[in-house]
Parts: sequence; C-alpha cells; structure tokens
Amino acid sequence: MAAAADPADPADPADAAQDGRPEPRHGWRIFIIWLVAAAIADPLLWFVLGPHMPPGDMSTSASSQQFDMNVMTVMAAPVMLGVLVYGVYAMIVWRAREGDEEDGPPIHGNARIQVSWLAVTSALVLGLFVFGFYELAAPAGAGAGEGPSPIWTPGGQPLQVQVIAQQWEFTYRFPQFGGFETPQIELPVGQNVEFHVTSLDVIHSFWAYQLGVKADANPDVDNVAFTKPKQTGPFTVRCAELCGLWHGAMFDYGKVVSVAAFQTWAHSMRTHLAAVTRMLPAYALTYDPTLVPTINKALAKGGITGANGYYYPPNDPEQP
Amino acid sequence: MTLRARVSTLLAAFVVVVALVVFIVIHFLLGGPPVENFTAGVTPDTGATVHVMMQEDPQNSVSSHPDWVSYFIKSPTTGAWVHTTLFSVPAGSKIDMTILGYDGCTPLRNPVFGQVTGTTGGVEYVNGKPVSQINSWTGCTVGHTFSIPQLGVNVPMASPSLTADLCGNSPCTSGPREVVRFSFMTPRAGGSFIWQCRVPCGGGFLDGFGGPMQTIGFMTGSITVVQ
Repeated sequence: MAAAADPADPADPADAAQDGRPEPRHGWRIFIIWLVAAAIADPLLWFVLGPHMPPGDMSTSASSQQFDMNVMTVMAAPVMLGVLVYGVYAMIVWRAREGDEEDGPPIHGNARIQVSWLAVTSALVLGLFVFGFYELAAPAGAGAGEGPSPIWTPGGQPLQVQVIAQQWEFTYRFPQFGGFETPQIELPVGQNVEFHVTSLDVIHSFWAYQLGVKADANPDVDNVAFTKPKQTGPFTVRCAELCGLWHGAMFDYGKVVSVAAFQTWAHSMRTHLAAVTRMLPAYALTYDPTLVPTINKALAKGGITGANGYYYPPNDPEQP
Repeated sequence: MTLRARVSTLLAAFVVVVALVVFIVIHFLLGGPPVENFTAGVTPDTGATVHVMMQEDPQNSVSSHPDWVSYFIKSPTTGAWVHTTLFSVPAGSKIDMTILGYDGCTPLRNPVFGQVTGTTGGVEYVNGKPVSQINSWTGCTVGHTFSIPQLGVNVPMASPSLTADLCGNSPCTSGPREVVRFSFMTPRAGGSFIWQCRVPCGGGFLDGFGGPMQTIGFMTGSITVVQ
C-alpha cells in the first residue's frame, strides 16, 4: 500500500538509497546526453546554418570571416549545450519531491570534475586563442593584410580603390584610371582589390558588409584593406563610426560586375569625369583638407594675401 | 514626518517630474524649425513644376546664433523668408529651385563637389548662365553647396566677389548676391531625404565642421517627398 501511495522513482537518489539500490551514474548520463546533443547540433550548425552566417561569401575576406564565425559557433555550441543539459537534468532528477524537506547532502567539491572542467575549458579557450591569432596573421587575415602598414599583400597588381570619407558620403577614386572620383563604386569579380581608406574630416569607418571589408577612415591616415570579390551582385556600404548629425544616412550601394563590364564602366567614367578630375588634387594616399595649394592665387585675385595656403590654419578658427 | 507632509512631498515630486517630461517633449522633441509645405494644390506623380526659393546668408541675425551662416526658405503661403531648412514637396514632380547666394566664398573640402550632378541637364544656371562645374580652389567662387546625397543632387552655390561688402542682416534683402537656378525630379516613391552643405562653413569650430554644419535650420535639413 505504501508503495502504491508513494511510488519509488528509480532516478531519485533518496528512493534509491531507501531501496538499497546503487546511486545512478549521473555523470555518465549527463555526458551521454550532452554527447548526443552536441553530435547532432554541431553538424547542423556547420552544414545548415554555416552557409548563411554573416557576412556571407561574396569575397575572399567575407568567406574567411564566415569560416571563423562557423568555427567559433561549432566550438561554443557544445559548451552551451553542456550547461543546458546539466541544468535541465538537475531540474528533473534532483528536484525536491513533494513533502521532502530534507537538506541536500553536504558536498565539498569533486576533484575529478573540477580538474576536468578546468582542463576542457582551458583547452577550448587556448585553442580558440591560437586559432584567432593564426587567422589574424595568416595571409589575407585581418591582422596581416589590413591597416596602415599591412605585412601581407596579395601580389600582382590589385585594382586600387581609394575610399574618401567625408560628412556624410563616401567617394571613390580610381588612380589606375586617371584618378577619377565618383560616389559610385563598381568592382570586377575575381580580381584582387586594394582599398586605401582615408577621411577628409572626422573619423568614419568604411564597411562594405557583403565584401567583409571594414576599415576605419581617419584623417591623414591611409588604411589599407584587401579583398577579392567572388560573386557578382550588389553590396552595401555603410559608415560604421558615429560621425555626426547624418551618420545614419551615410550609406550607398556598390556592384560587383564582370571584368569586361567593370573595364567599360571605368573607362566611361574616366572620360565622362575628365573635366572634374582636372579640378582634383593629384592622387595621394592622404589629403590635408585644410590646405588648398592654389588658395593664395585665388585670394590674391581678390586682393587678399597672407593665407599661406591654409583656409583653416591650425590657429584659426579657435578651437571651441 | 506627518502623513500630510509625506503626501505633499510625493505630489510635489510627481508634478516636477511630469513638468520635466512635458518640457522635454515640447522643447526638444516637438521643437525645431517649421516645415514649409510646397505640396498644396499639386498632384503627385504628374511631373508638375514646383517652385522653391531659398537664400544663404553670411549670418543669421534672427536666431540665437547670429554669427552662424544659414539658409532661409521663402514661405509658399506668406512669401516671407522663414528660418528653416525643412520643406516638403510632392513626389514625381519637378522641383525648380532658386537660391540667392549672399555669402562669400570658402573653398570646398573636396573639390569633386564643385561638379553639378543630379539636376535637369546636369547644369545649374548662375545669373542665367548654364554651368556644369565650379572650381572652388582656383577661383574661390563657391559659397556653399545644396546637396541631396541620396538623390545624387549636388549643386555648388556661386558666391559674390571676395571683396564685396556682404549683407549684414538676415534675411538678406540687399547686398551683392549670385542667383543660382536649377531643377531636379523628386522620386515617385516618396520618402525623407537629407540635404546638406558640403563647404566647411562652421566658422569658429574645428576645421569649420561644427555649429551650423551640424544643426537643422542652418546649413542642413531634410526634404519630405510626399506621395
């Protein structure tokens, strides 16, 4: 009668102790449940979610970032599953039964679990640390192939595109095509591209999302980034650094096109913008936007002298 | 503290908080320059011509920043010059702009914006003469620009001579000026588009990029295209 009123739970340690049965091997149970869950989750994450992970695979740099994201996800998922499986198992198996007001057993640590936990998490963190460093330093990695002085270059003759940021629009200059400058950007598929990113006023950030290129645009700094588009199609460019009143409106759309289409576009722009290109300063990696080489002549024409080439010299206007 | 004192304190604190919220909403969120409406009597998407008149002044003596350069818009209803840079126009229409340039020259930070783009025929008319670009570095003849980046519109504003005595009271009604005319089409889809000046004309601020350059009602604003 007593058994019918209070059925023994084979998983309940209290019942097991009362029945004289051995305590179930909870650690193995949890491990096996976790192993099965991780073995299902990781392939799903890699093969199903992986191809859709940002920023996609439109370029070599985007693919590299997507690979890194997938590796991180596949490494992190088992850790998260371990926490979840343990939590759910504890809530189900070790929950307090109705009428059970007994304290839990006084446990003073478990050296084997603690050592295992430390060893596994240390190996994971150190492994990702080494992986991250390798990816940064590897050819075309963000650490080696980007910045003011990249230690890696793709070789050959990449297409050079200067990105000039100014409040609140990017313009693009193509030095290998006569140095024309335009707010539009088109790139050829399958060719290395060498971005030179700079700014004419405050700090901006050139973020060509689908290409996986993000480089700070700082005044007086030539920030280099490489990529090679792998697919044709549109991509979005946004400023990723809060840069003033209309920062949110500082975006445009570029296109990756075939090599032939790019050549046609570039030559047509070069011709179309020839008169404007003549107004521009000679191509340089950075520009001092307060210095106008010809300003003295212009001012002298109006009977004013002494500007020394600067229309905003360092001490004028006063800093607010 | 007595019950009456506690209740009184609570009520007083409540009133202060409500008053603060009302002040913030009215002063900061609902405040700002007025929007001039150029849509009255015009059917969108018909290619109708809408005339908008503006002026850019070397100062703004009608605001709390009298030394800031500023645009003004001529009200389509009263004909008065209004200190604002917000206006609405109908979609799918031709906007015929006339801008009176009363301010002196400042070279463009990027001379590429001396090019006229996005206008009908790719030109502006400076005192009646068609112009497709102005080199602000060789002549110092650009005062400001009127640019709508998302519509590809960029128009450099010609400026009076370097030595001219510029108008000293806003809105300007006399003094040397350049008259710039151009037109552009509004998109059929409608929407809100920012417009701005590209000349670093915020005198007194770092590299000329603060103050009026960053404040709606002075050298930047938005155009609401109404369907």
